[in-house]
Amino acid sequence: MATVEVTFTPLAAHVRTARLVATAVARRSGVAESLMDEVRLAVGEACSRAVETHASQCPDEPVRVALSSEAGRFEIEVINAGVSGGLGAGTTDDGLVPRQGDGNVMPPGFSLAVIAGLADDVQISETEAGTSVKMSWPLSGSLAAGSPA
Amino acid sequence: MRGGSIAPGAPDEMCSADGWDNGCMAQEESVDLKLDHHNKDGIEIVDVEGEIDVYTAPRLRELLIDLVNNGNYQLVVNMEKVEFLDSTGLGVLVGGLKRVRAHDGSLDLVCTQERILKIFRITGLTKVFGIHDTVDEAIAHRKSEK
Repeated sequence: MATVEVTFTPLAAHVRTARLVATAVARRSGVAESLMDEVRLAVGEACSRAVETHASQCPDEPVRVALSSEAGRFEIEVINAGVSGGLGAGTTDDGLVPRQGDGNVMPPGFSLAVIAGLADDVQISETEAGTSVKMSWPLSGSLAAGSPA
Repeated sequence: MRGGSIAPGAPDEMCSADGWDNGCMAQEESVDLKLDHHNKDGIEIVDVEGEIDVYTAPRLRELLIDLVNNGNYQLVVNMEKVEFLDSTGLGVLVGGLKRVRAHDGSLDLVCTQERILKIFRITGLTKVFGIHDTVDEAIAHRKSEK
């Protein structure tokens, strides 16, 4: 069972909030401060990817983020309801529609490559519910066991 | 959004530096990204402050597009006050670089923050962008290239 679950309307404006919540829970769970930048960046990448997928495929479905800590690791799972493709380079200013044309300069899968470089354990799976991106980081020894979020 | 109250202007109970990343979230919601630009020695300096992500990156994109459309092909983006940069932001910078290079121009970066340089290293973009410690160093480098 997740320690904290966050769901949000797939708007770009909410990605920052998801980052803030994830890093706050990570810090409280015992992830080392030296890893916070990786956590922040990885969850931001995964949520941005999810928002773009939802905007094009299922704008009425929320993006879900599950944060949990067990077995000495802090895990973040970002679940989007659509079938994810590549990541573009941003959305329009209203945060709803992925920007097309010369705004998408990065190749497909670029965001996933960034996530893989930030977390030492990344699992991506396609399910009936959509796409799940799981990332995890080790917990510091003194706070790892049984710490409330 | 479920999972927590995040309304702007929420009371001080939301503003615990111990509980939230980077201090008070309610206050920070009004300061996502600040952009400014000025000309120095014929090079347009773009000062960026705040977070560059999927929500704020379009503003930086539009500024770079406007600068190029107005004939500014030598750009230096000062990222010393950038607190967050993700792949969306990288895409904007790469897009800006492509635009100026179409006019034989340049786009250099100023950044000494390891937290920002990390994503450039992960993606290999340190080989693509000239990254300097100061604006003056970036200008001097560009002048010497001419």
